[in-house]
Amino acid sequence: MKSRREFIKTTAAGALIAGSSAAANKLGLAAMLDQSAQRAETARFKVVVARDAALHGPGGQLDEKRVLDLLDRAIAAYTGRDHPVEAWRRIVPADKVIGLKVNGLGGKGISTHAALVLAVCERLQQAGVKPGNIVVWERDARSLEACGLTVNTNPSRVRCYGNDVGGYEDQPVAFGMANVRLAKILTRECDMVIGLPILKDHSGAGITFSMKNMYGVVQRPYELHANYCNPGVADLNCIPAVRDKVRFTIGDAMSAVYNGGPGFRPEYLWQPNALIVGEDRVAVDHTAWQMIERKRAEAGVPTLEAAGRLPQYIATAADGNHRLGTNDPQRMHLMEI
Amino acid sequence: MFRSKGWMLAAAAMAIVLAGAGTGCKKKQSDPFPASGAIAGWEKTSDTRVFAAKDLWQYIDGDADQYIAAGVVSTSTSDYKYQGQLEATVDVHTMNDAAGARRILEAGQTKDAKTAQLGDAGVEYAQSVIFRKGPYLIRIVAYESTPDTPQAVLALAHGVEARL
Repeated sequence: MKSRREFIKTTAAGALIAGSSAAANKLGLAAMLDQSAQRAETARFKVVVARDAALHGPGGQLDEKRVLDLLDRAIAAYTGRDHPVEAWRRIVPADKVIGLKVNGLGGKGISTHAALVLAVCERLQQAGVKPGNIVVWERDARSLEACGLTVNTNPSRVRCYGNDVGGYEDQPVAFGMANVRLAKILTRECDMVIGLPILKDHSGAGITFSMKNMYGVVQRPYELHANYCNPGVADLNCIPAVRDKVRFTIGDAMSAVYNGGPGFRPEYLWQPNALIVGEDRVAVDHTAWQMIERKRAEAGVPTLEAAGRLPQYIATAADGNHRLGTNDPQRMHLMEI
Repeated sequence: MFRSKGWMLAAAAMAIVLAGAGTGCKKKQSDPFPASGAIAGWEKTSDTRVFAAKDLWQYIDGDADQYIAAGVVSTSTSDYKYQGQLEATVDVHTMNDAAGARRILEAGQTKDAKTAQLGDAGVEYAQSVIFRKGPYLIRIVAYESTPDTPQAVLALAHGVEARL
């Protein structure tokens, strides 16, 4: 039987330099362990960008039948499990209430696609989550309708309703400059939340995606808009109920707005045909931001920094006061499939 | 005596005329949203919702800040449908003054914008039209790009313009 020290030594070396014993010989144990730790950290910062170039037809219509397949590929890549049900069981506990926080503020043209919500609901149920233990939610009924969803409070089926039905806590909670009343759907209904934001440029934040989507869980989001939402976004995500319950993001980048957002601006609409998936909300947002910057450059639109609205809240979320994730590309494990 | 009464009558008449003129100077707030059928092919499919500046975030989230900075007083919005299929939304932002409307219009233009002969100034894209008229800034957005979309949206825009 191997001692603990030997085990660490062999596994660290094995993980670090598979197929390169020459490199191992040049490294001391401390260096190997350090790199092994970095490798484990990288796994935590994994972000998958899954694409399907044929997701939208020639007329610009979303081919909804391809969405489930795209989701399966994204989750398989993320979990390393090919079978969708097995993959989902690594992400969600079957006996808990799972919230799906969508984003419908942009109206019909640029809201989380219902096809994605339905695909996630389907896989959750196949993974053993009861229909009534799935809560799809947004700020209000109108925002849900913008996503193409219908309000339902019947607990025998997947529930779908807004904070206008669920209400807000009477007592505010605070972190930094965020002093907010949280939605009861978050605090009382859900054990775990999966964010399903839609990728948009944002006139007041630079971009809106994973972390900014949480503005929909507070009663007065406009109070967090000062200074380009910095540190509002980071502070809000540090409030324990948000930090602890929001554990995964399946970001909708099937359609996106690269300028003029967060409202629907058809003149700036583009179709990345992608999902951006990960646990690390900061890494997910950083990846989404870079995607928008690439599109802006391609379209000849100034960078967000040049436009005076760099999404600085992403760096703030990664700083020592917030520690919500990493915005360092060197530490991320970005998988593009 | 007669002369004095005459002066009094003349003064009263003048007061009435001035009062009327004063009232006339304030343009009556009109409903800018054409009713169903008023513009060929267009049906009004929702009630008009009105947001005061302080509540505008409820409608356009973070976008509200730039409108507030430009002096928005209120925003009205209504949904439409063209020939039962093409959906569109009409937003009418009432600003403090024409300068505020100009500021928003000019800030949002892209190189793809084509000049539209609407109001004081306007631009059109494949799926949307934006124009200003006095203190009003109007944005009409369609949710699909079809061969009919540009002319249909433009016709609706003219219908709104005529009511301002």
